[in-house]
Amino acid sequence: MEEIYAKFVSQKISKTRWRPVPSGSLQTAETFATGSWDNEENRVLLWSIGDLGNLDSDGGFEGDHQVLCGTRHYGDVMDLQFFDQERIVAASSTGCVTVFLHHPNNQTLSVSQQWTTAHYHTGPGNPSCSSAPCTGVVCNSPEIVTVGEDGRINLFRVDHKEAVRTIDNADSSTLHAVTFLRTPEILTVNSIGQLKIWDFRQQGNEPSQILSLTGDRVPLHCVDRHPNQQHVVATGGQDGMLSIWDVRQGTMPVSLLKAHEAEMWEVHFHPSNPDHLFTCSEDGSLWHWDASTDVPEKSSLFHQGGRNSTFLSHSISNQANVHQSLISSWLSTDPARDRIEITSLLPNRTLSVNSLDVLGPCLVCGTDSEAIYVTRQLFS
Amino acid sequence: MEELDGEPIVTKVEMPTVFSESHQTAKRYLTKQKIENIGLIPEVNSKKKQMCFDWGPGEMLVCETSFNKKGKSETVPSCPFIYIVRKDVDVYSHILRKLFNESHGIFVGLQRIEEELTGKSRKAQLVRVSKNYRSVIRACMEEMHQAAIAATDPDSSRQFSSQVSILSAMELIWNLCEILFIEVAPAGPLLLLLLDWVRLHVCEVDSMLADVLGSENPSKHEGFWKLVTILVLQGRLDEARQMLSKEADASPTSAGMCRVLGDLMRTMPVLSPGNTQTLTELELKWQHWHEECERHLQDGTFVSSPHLESLCKIMLGDEAALLEQKELLSNWYHFLVTRLLYSHPTVKPIDLHFYAQSSLDLFLGGESNPEPLDNILMAAFEFDIHQVIKECSIALSNWWFVAHLTDLLDHCKLLQSHNLYFGSNMREFLLLEYASGLFSHHSLWQLGVDYFDYCPELGRVSLELHIERIPLSTEQKALKVLRICEQRQMTEQVRSICKILAMKAVRNNRLGSALSWSIRAKDAAFATLVSDRFLRDYCERGCFSDLDLIDNLGPAMMLSDRLTFLGKYREFHRLYGDKRFVDAASLLLSLMTSQIAPRSFWMTLLTDALPLLEQKQVIFSAEQTYELLRCLEDLTSGRPVHGEPDAQQLQDDDIETTKVEMLRLSLARNLARAIIKEGSLEGS
Repeated sequence: MEEIYAKFVSQKISKTRWRPVPSGSLQTAETFATGSWDNEENRVLLWSIGDLGNLDSDGGFEGDHQVLCGTRHYGDVMDLQFFDQERIVAASSTGCVTVFLHHPNNQTLSVSQQWTTAHYHTGPGNPSCSSAPCTGVVCNSPEIVTVGEDGRINLFRVDHKEAVRTIDNADSSTLHAVTFLRTPEILTVNSIGQLKIWDFRQQGNEPSQILSLTGDRVPLHCVDRHPNQQHVVATGGQDGMLSIWDVRQGTMPVSLLKAHEAEMWEVHFHPSNPDHLFTCSEDGSLWHWDASTDVPEKSSLFHQGGRNSTFLSHSISNQANVHQSLISSWLSTDPARDRIEITSLLPNRTLSVNSLDVLGPCLVCGTDSEAIYVTRQLFS
Repeated sequence: MEELDGEPIVTKVEMPTVFSESHQTAKRYLTKQKIENIGLIPEVNSKKKQMCFDWGPGEMLVCETSFNKKGKSETVPSCPFIYIVRKDVDVYSHILRKLFNESHGIFVGLQRIEEELTGKSRKAQLVRVSKNYRSVIRACMEEMHQAAIAATDPDSSRQFSSQVSILSAMELIWNLCEILFIEVAPAGPLLLLLLDWVRLHVCEVDSMLADVLGSENPSKHEGFWKLVTILVLQGRLDEARQMLSKEADASPTSAGMCRVLGDLMRTMPVLSPGNTQTLTELELKWQHWHEECERHLQDGTFVSSPHLESLCKIMLGDEAALLEQKELLSNWYHFLVTRLLYSHPTVKPIDLHFYAQSSLDLFLGGESNPEPLDNILMAAFEFDIHQVIKECSIALSNWWFVAHLTDLLDHCKLLQSHNLYFGSNMREFLLLEYASGLFSHHSLWQLGVDYFDYCPELGRVSLELHIERIPLSTEQKALKVLRICEQRQMTEQVRSICKILAMKAVRNNRLGSALSWSIRAKDAAFATLVSDRFLRDYCERGCFSDLDLIDNLGPAMMLSDRLTFLGKYREFHRLYGDKRFVDAASLLLSLMTSQIAPRSFWMTLLTDALPLLEQKQVIFSAEQTYELLRCLEDLTSGRPVHGEPDAQQLQDDDIETTKVEMLRLSLARNLARAIIKEGSLEGS
């Protein structure tokens, strides 16, 4: 983690996302998108960290990231997701959801689809609606799900102008984030500390399951699902706590880990190395959680924890490496927490780190102090 | 440096007619003269019309009134715009934002330097901080320079260039202050640092060097002698010597002279950092060397080559020879440093101002007046920190420079004695100005918070005033503002922000959200209001909305009586739904007897009791039934008598009467059953 490049970009960054690499290819990440917030004019930008020696001879030294192209975005960029290689979905504080299409030939971004009033309020006095910020978006081609401050869930299809499904008043409070659990189920987190699972096969506007933190209703700001084990979910809350949930059982988190000192804005499992987890926070820190258990005795120790794991570890104890990926190391209820190693990735505290994304050995994060940090050697 | 002060930005906003009317009563009027001082506002005929204005935190609103010069009201259509006049233009520069953001990190780091660090390590740390600040300025300057080159229209190119010159002046001043006030270099090293300072800021020489060396025959290059002269003027004698050897190779006639001068250059005694020799030793050696140079000049060693002779004169510190090179020196402080190098290499800090003043006088020669930059540098040479800061405040177009420099010097314990007769001390005054400027910016306000934090006296109050004025466009932004307030125990502001959000939510028909916000603000009155809305909605629709919230209130339920009632009433419904009738019944009754339920709601509660009374088994005991009867009688006896009831009311009353009758009947029946049951139970 020696080489982390910072670049000041004159706009507060609200979201950073790697462009996915084609599945099966050996390519590493080299393009990412950013969205800004709270500027007089907000932008969605595409950046390249590729070999810049050829591209740019004067300014860019190797490792520095350069703008490929960008476009204006109305309102704050509240969330940003790559739909596929070329398309980016942006959620706006104006309640609008836009799909941008990237043209690599002439390096431009154009609007390919837009739902202008995806999220809106209907006031008591005024029948005309006012816009409500769209707070989260998640894509699973060809579907796009959005949630907002209006407590509404929309299901769009990228080629349909009309919403395929809308759940009005899905939540009495603000929905902060959304993720796919397993198609066609989604999972949302809200501002009163609840996780709700929604099944689009069911009619009506009731969730199929509600999980919640006990009592104190601490708002949850982010959610991510384990890439291989779809029942394992991580959330981050307003108090900076990291919660790990097993949605198959119980209505309470499996473990609560004291983490940041202020709002945890994003949590991400590493997509191909899910024993690693990354979180960022309003307190200006960016953490790397390493629960990989490469020490054998430690791994046997933690398997005595959860019920399932004990059973499995007895039955196939000779295939330690195999079942390690089968049973999530995150679900163990072992009190000896020392096996999770936490590293802080940013050299010194800055203003809020609003967003991060990991892909392969690369990590990108964006901050309120208008800097984008990129590293290409996460595991070195 | 011709134009340090930026022009104000004038932004046009269309004026709603209502606003223009109300501004007729504005109290203060700008005189014509003042406007001309700032710059003319387009479309406003200030010769004919009076204008009004209002101060904002970092800007001013100006608009035309409908009064003419004599103060008479006119209805002639006038300029329909309000203008926003901004003084602190630099905050809006795209590139300077990087300066503000990057230096913010350095500033915060500096505040955290532990106080116990003393002596050398502390000084080293402060020098490092100072260098960090300067490198940020330089990076910014570099980018501004690129932008100036890349700019397509001459106007913005000119603007960028003027910014470059401002930044370079800032860096120049900062660097000098670093040498004099932070490093506090003693005689000897002082000159070396000053030499570095000049070399850093007169940097055309490097490109010239590359140009000359790159040519086929360097010594015949037209800029050859100019280059050698500059190298000597900057004290880069090794490089000058190499150039001379090129000349010696090319023209055998002057080879001897070149070698002699080269030897002089080589033997010039200089202080090197690792050397242990004392200043006196150095002075002695230098004196010898100086005499040798003089002897060569008197002997006429270089008489056949005017170039070499003038170089030798420069190395003797000959003022006339130096002044001949005015163009190459380009400014008086270069002249000063070169002059010191070749005539007073061990100059003491205390004597600097004397040489500085005379150098300035000699260099300008009475032809022109010193510019602001000259005055600032001169004040620095005089070790008058306050004068430096004062002049900089006047000359520079932003507060960034003075605020950060003053803060750094304050950390060097150089400003302790100075107090202003207003506000607190100078450091704090300047930081407050800077931070207020940041707060007036659409998105840089977050940086300002930390600056206010480190103003012990007035920072907190300023932050309180500014933070309340941040527009809360999304909940996420509101959360960030809330976090700032909560971290600093600004309870008043926390309450007001939560209240704003709760109000917004109510307006948007988001009762659940509104309730969450009022719980967070611990705002009992508002929680009551929202609870009432919930209850009203229930009465209208017959079902609860936002169950996910109401079912999970927990201890927050105790915030207000009405909220408690809402939570408990919902609990009753849940118990009833689960067919736990006995629990439900006693909860229902206790809601009334404990006076938690509002009177207006009692009828609804009693009606809710009806199905329980009609159950097969007896649920309300005789005791409880008496209580229910008492509640019903309380309610009906307290009913006001209407004067002249209309048809609608009559009908309502009719329904009400039927309800009461039904309740009485059910209660009586239940009482009978309960007495029988209790009697038989007791008997058995």
